[in-house]
Amino acid sequence: MTLEAERAVPVARAVAFRASRWRGPLAGAWRGLRKAPVSAWFGLSVIGGYLVVAVVAPLIAPYGEAQVVGNQYEAWSAQFPFGTDQLGRDLFTRLVYGARNTIGIAVLTTMLSFLLGGALGLLAAVLGGWIDQALGRLVDVLMAIPQLIFALMLLSIFGPSVKNLVLIIAVLDSTRVFRLSRAVGMNVAVMDFVEAAKLRGERLGWIMRRELLPNIMPPMVAEFGLRFCFVFLTISALSFLGLGIQPPTADWGSMVRENATLINYGDVTPLLPAGAIALLTVAVNCVVDWFIHQTSGLRDEH
Amino acid sequence: MNHLLKTVAYRLSLGLLTLVLVSIIIFSAVEMLPGDFARAILGQAATPETVAAFQREIGLDRPPVQRYLRWVGNVVRGDFGQSFASRVGYRRTVASLVAPRLQNTLFLAAMTALIAVPLALGLGILTALYRNSWFDRAVNAITLTAISLPEFLIAYVLMLFLAVRHPIFYSLATVSPDTPLLERLGRSVLPALTLTLVIVAHMMRMTRAALLNLLSSPYIETARLKGLSRSRVILRHALPNAWAPIATIVALNLAYLVVGVVVVEVVFVYPGIGQLMVDAVSARDIPVVQVCALIFAVTYILLNLTADVVAIVSNPRLLHPR
Repeated sequence: MTLEAERAVPVARAVAFRASRWRGPLAGAWRGLRKAPVSAWFGLSVIGGYLVVAVVAPLIAPYGEAQVVGNQYEAWSAQFPFGTDQLGRDLFTRLVYGARNTIGIAVLTTMLSFLLGGALGLLAAVLGGWIDQALGRLVDVLMAIPQLIFALMLLSIFGPSVKNLVLIIAVLDSTRVFRLSRAVGMNVAVMDFVEAAKLRGERLGWIMRRELLPNIMPPMVAEFGLRFCFVFLTISALSFLGLGIQPPTADWGSMVRENATLINYGDVTPLLPAGAIALLTVAVNCVVDWFIHQTSGLRDEH
Repeated sequence: MNHLLKTVAYRLSLGLLTLVLVSIIIFSAVEMLPGDFARAILGQAATPETVAAFQREIGLDRPPVQRYLRWVGNVVRGDFGQSFASRVGYRRTVASLVAPRLQNTLFLAAMTALIAVPLALGLGILTALYRNSWFDRAVNAITLTAISLPEFLIAYVLMLFLAVRHPIFYSLATVSPDTPLLERLGRSVLPALTLTLVIVAHMMRMTRAALLNLLSSPYIETARLKGLSRSRVILRHALPNAWAPIATIVALNLAYLVVGVVVVEVVFVYPGIGQLMVDAVSARDIPVVQVCALIFAVTYILLNLTADVVAIVSNPRLLHPR
């Protein structure tokens, strides 16, 4: 959570976004991309690779997701590229399916969190008054409990399942989205064109969707990347603790836990799913960094 | 001075209010339990009488407000109630489970803080001093990566290379109350190192950012134009004004330790409160989960509160009001 404290400034600054840069349709985007640093290219290609693997998982994987195909903990071989796990399932297959499950669940959670937090944040920004105050204080209290601890407590009440996991993390994470969308929404809500829309008698939903939303897109997109990383790491940590995504679903966090004992024999296999998690978060961070740089014209030194 | 006291008192009362609200949320955990929870704990074969007795035992037959006040009263006196694992002839109070674990966790956290804080501040100042040099770039790239890595990856990589392939440290941090101090330190090296790597990255980047932020202010430019050396400008002109943000950064990152400790304790089988909480969540032992959550939340809130108070107290504008 210190992550967002550190990022808050550049993200907020991204509001002062130079629209001209992206105005020209695809041409502008391509011009920006060509000048992108190596790190951004690295990030984009890694994300692209993961998405392809996630979509065509059944075509790449040699075996079924939960199919027992060999003995327990078999070594790396031509038949099993990364060996087998504690039940004799092919590790490579599970890694491939893990891309689909782990990333899919994290993306779904982040989208839910943005839907909830973004809507409430914009609502608070437009309406102000007691609604804004009430929501703000509620979020303050919810954020006073560390997120992982809160999630653990809620999971012990409702029981671990994918549905509960997604809902709990989405609700807890939406508090952060609320803070940002309210703050950047506020800046736009005081502008004349919003006032004009109100006087025209536009409905609340229209003002939020058509007047505010387009003007706060850049910081929200950057925040989506960062929140995705955070949600992805939280879900992986919970799965690693055995309280997140449950077997037999192939998932990277649980795979680390299931194969962790191999570490004691000097085997690197359990580091593969952990590395897969790390590579994706690093890639997303690289892209977000570049995006913030692009949209805010921000440089490190002033 | 009066103004300062008023600001601090205001902030403290806000903190107290937050503590009360958070304790209510944690208490309501029992309220939110699904209806069939007693059955889930006692097993499908439980008779309606046993279920009713269990509900009476955890106090579900009294109104919530009364129960909350009783719970808070007991917690303040150090009585955390009974674990759900208690049975007739086998009493486990939550306090007896939590106390030794809490000591272990505090030991680990203190050890980490002693290594991490000086290291992070030093690196932060150095990178601000030599900004945009290859040293700065390298440290930045490494810490940005470290922030993105899951804790368990760092933990297992350290375990693989520093304990298994090159047996320098213990791979498991199993300590007991009668482990001598030196061995305890030795066994806690890897968990402490993992936590250090996790929080140094944050702390160092925030220190650097706070310093760079100050460096853009006009009085620093004046100092530069006077011809002072770079290190003198940073150490004598910028740093004294940066202590407030740096204190906040340290407190925030120690609060972050609270969360990091859970995963790291599980990896190294360190008998701390994080592992206790994870076990209690798996067993759905709500009283233990509540107390662990309360301890984590209170620590977190107090650290954040300390950060705020330090920031208020070290602000010269509040110390010398006109």
